[in-house]
Amino acid sequence: MPLTPLRQVLANGVAVIVQENHTTPAVSILTAQRTGAYDDPGGREGTAALLARVLDRGTTTRTADQIADDLDGRGASLTVSAGRHQTGIAATCMVDDFVPVLAIVADALRNPVFPEHDVATRRGEIVTTIRQEEDDPASVAVNRMFRELYGSHPYARRVRGTVDSVERLMRDDLVRFHQRQFVPSGHVVVVVGGLDAGLMLSAVSEALGDWPAGSGRPPLHVPEAPAAVARCQVDIAMPDKSQSDVAYGFVGIRRSDAGFMAASVMNNALGQYALGGRLGDSIRERQGMAYYVYSSLDAGPGPGPVMIRAGVAAGNVARTIASIDAEVEAIRTEGFTEKEIAESKQYLAGSLPRQLETNAGIAGFLLNTEWFGLGPDYDQRLPGLIRAVTREAAVAAARRLLDPARATVVAAGPPAGAPGP
Amino acid sequence: MQGAGVREATLDNGLTVLVQEAHTAPLASVWCWYRVGSRDEGPGLTGVSHWVEHMNFKGTTNIPRDRVKGIIEQFGGSWNGYTWIDQTTYLETATTEALDRMLFIEAERMDRCLYDPGECESERTVIISELQGGENDPEQLLDMEVTAAAFKVHPYRHPTIGWQSDVETMTREDLYGHYRRFYTPSNATLVIVGDVDTDDVLRRVDREFGPIPAMPVPGRRRFVEPPQQAERRVTLRKEGTTAYWKAAFHAPAFGDRGFFPLLVADAVLSGAAGLNIWSAGRVPRPQRSARLYRALVDTGLASSVGGSLMPTAQPFLYSVSATVAEGQSLAAVEDAVLGELERLSRDGITPGELEKARAQLRARFVFDMDGVTDIAHQLGYFETIGSWRDARDLEGRLAAVGIADVHEAARYTFAASNRTLGWFEPRVGTCR
Repeated sequence: MPLTPLRQVLANGVAVIVQENHTTPAVSILTAQRTGAYDDPGGREGTAALLARVLDRGTTTRTADQIADDLDGRGASLTVSAGRHQTGIAATCMVDDFVPVLAIVADALRNPVFPEHDVATRRGEIVTTIRQEEDDPASVAVNRMFRELYGSHPYARRVRGTVDSVERLMRDDLVRFHQRQFVPSGHVVVVVGGLDAGLMLSAVSEALGDWPAGSGRPPLHVPEAPAAVARCQVDIAMPDKSQSDVAYGFVGIRRSDAGFMAASVMNNALGQYALGGRLGDSIRERQGMAYYVYSSLDAGPGPGPVMIRAGVAAGNVARTIASIDAEVEAIRTEGFTEKEIAESKQYLAGSLPRQLETNAGIAGFLLNTEWFGLGPDYDQRLPGLIRAVTREAAVAAARRLLDPARATVVAAGPPAGAPGP
Repeated sequence: MQGAGVREATLDNGLTVLVQEAHTAPLASVWCWYRVGSRDEGPGLTGVSHWVEHMNFKGTTNIPRDRVKGIIEQFGGSWNGYTWIDQTTYLETATTEALDRMLFIEAERMDRCLYDPGECESERTVIISELQGGENDPEQLLDMEVTAAAFKVHPYRHPTIGWQSDVETMTREDLYGHYRRFYTPSNATLVIVGDVDTDDVLRRVDREFGPIPAMPVPGRRRFVEPPQQAERRVTLRKEGTTAYWKAAFHAPAFGDRGFFPLLVADAVLSGAAGLNIWSAGRVPRPQRSARLYRALVDTGLASSVGGSLMPTAQPFLYSVSATVAEGQSLAAVEDAVLGELERLSRDGITPGELEKARAQLRARFVFDMDGVTDIAHQLGYFETIGSWRDARDLEGRLAAVGIADVHEAARYTFAASNRTLGWFEPRVGTCR
């Protein structure tokens, strides 16, 4: 069953995509502004993340308590989140509440007031979250890997910022960021649910059509990140922890890269298929060392990482890293088998209906399609694009992106050989 | 038997089958449920149900070990399983053309798993890795300690993954014995929801599962936790950066009269969370106007706070957890939470709060059924703790709750002698 989204770009530049889905009497709303931590001013890291926490805490016509009471009274859910390049609202409500909930979404996007009290309280929450991450071997390993891998590139910075940078953030920082970054041009709103598509479209047009266009923002260009020239390995001791986390990564590619689809198939065969692809076969299934081991490919407006992750006993860290090295090297030298690539392609192409099972799943897919300009029939074309990837292209992607001699490897956890906690 | 679009059938060998057609997407979800969980485990064998679940992905008579993966993936499908205190379940969701393969896998799993000794050993270390990964999270550690302290008798006290000392010593025979005892048709419920024809599905089910021989229904030992007489406290001190607070109160089972009143109390305290433990958290709970959020998070005492009431077969726990904000104290968080619980016990809730809680819970029951996987989960889950019909009467039980019921549930549940309080006090690290 192909998607049949309606798409309209309002006069002020807001792109609206709606899709009917009558499985349940509920609606999912997703909005996205093309801004995020990437646009945090220097020394003010964490601005977008804090803004997301305060955006819906009061507008020029609604107090934070009024918004909370209204949404909670309907059982509606609304969250704002900021990533590196995208800041947006996700809301879920019953169909009967769609128009009033959408009004709150639009109001928060356009007219937030960032009350001083809430800025202070939410700043404290983020500081607590950063402290929690400092105690979590998985976060410690991944954050350090980003720092080592990206060096002076903006991707080395954390979306949440640091305790120092977050504690410096003031209300004015949020006001300025909002004025500069939140504009209708390029804003995307996706609505999926059990209502008439025309009704959903006109409701969004009503809520956001008179958002003054202002001046558009210059197109984003994320600089290249230089690939590592040598291997880098860091061990971080966290003596009271029960096991270690390994993050093993490389600078990857952009979503617009011609090799994206081949890299996706490669990633699936390397560390996704069934229980973690080749890596899962070796480290979990054959050696019994890890509950989780997998790879990921983060291709966005800029070159996000290709990353391998595993959680293992401290005494098995060296063996795990050696096993990852061996699997990566084997793929570089001998390639994948035809069967591996055929299986990964079949899986990726066949999993689309499942991705589109829920309102939120459909909304996320349509947002991604709009975000990267993939075209309204992308759900129809995607299986063909996946099937067109050859084994040679997948192997070439592996050779291009992965190389143990240039890997950035971080392990965080109890020291090897230490007695258990 | 039929009700609300669900067809129930029972095979000659005792297997209960539930089918519901849902034609909005070309998908089918198959879940096979067993009435066995960590509450069925005795001393020395904690974690056996969960380990058995892992072994039941490791090959069968007709699915060689190296052919396990790929069967569902070839249809773009996903598969998984979980074990909890009352139940163990396995699922596949894929395009409808995979239906026969999904049924075949579940029939094999019910009767013909291999338990190769080498595979059992290899999985032991995988499970220890899973267990230790959980221990890296101070909140999970605190939860384990508080739960263990809250029960004296009932096996709900031990973690589903088991104590590490048991996982280290259990044998292949322990695992296989547990499997043979509990994996019988009459102890299972097979649920199929999706773009299917019910009569056709029942024919296919009969073909795959009909030949499995009937076996006696395994008895489940029943334990009654004696009433708690005094407040209990645990304090966990480990290296860390953040303090965590938790309270657990003995709470009604899903079938008990007091369950829905306490569910409403939870919605008033921390926003309704729904009753689907598979999709929990996918739609964040509406909690900004909830009492605990306003008393703890809006005041900066805690960075998060939330209550939890799970639907269980026997009386389990209602818990409240809070993350202490940087610079704040466990004592202040405890005072604030207990103050709110005492206020609720003393004064009850307002008609406006009851109305809001009902609206929230009604919406959650809709969000809980978002897609074929969730619908199938809810049918099977409630069948393992009572009856699948309960999943169809949530609104009815909710509508029957009055203000006095909530007040009574709060008074009973939040009595000081019914609580176990847990502190995680971080020690400043020596090395980073």
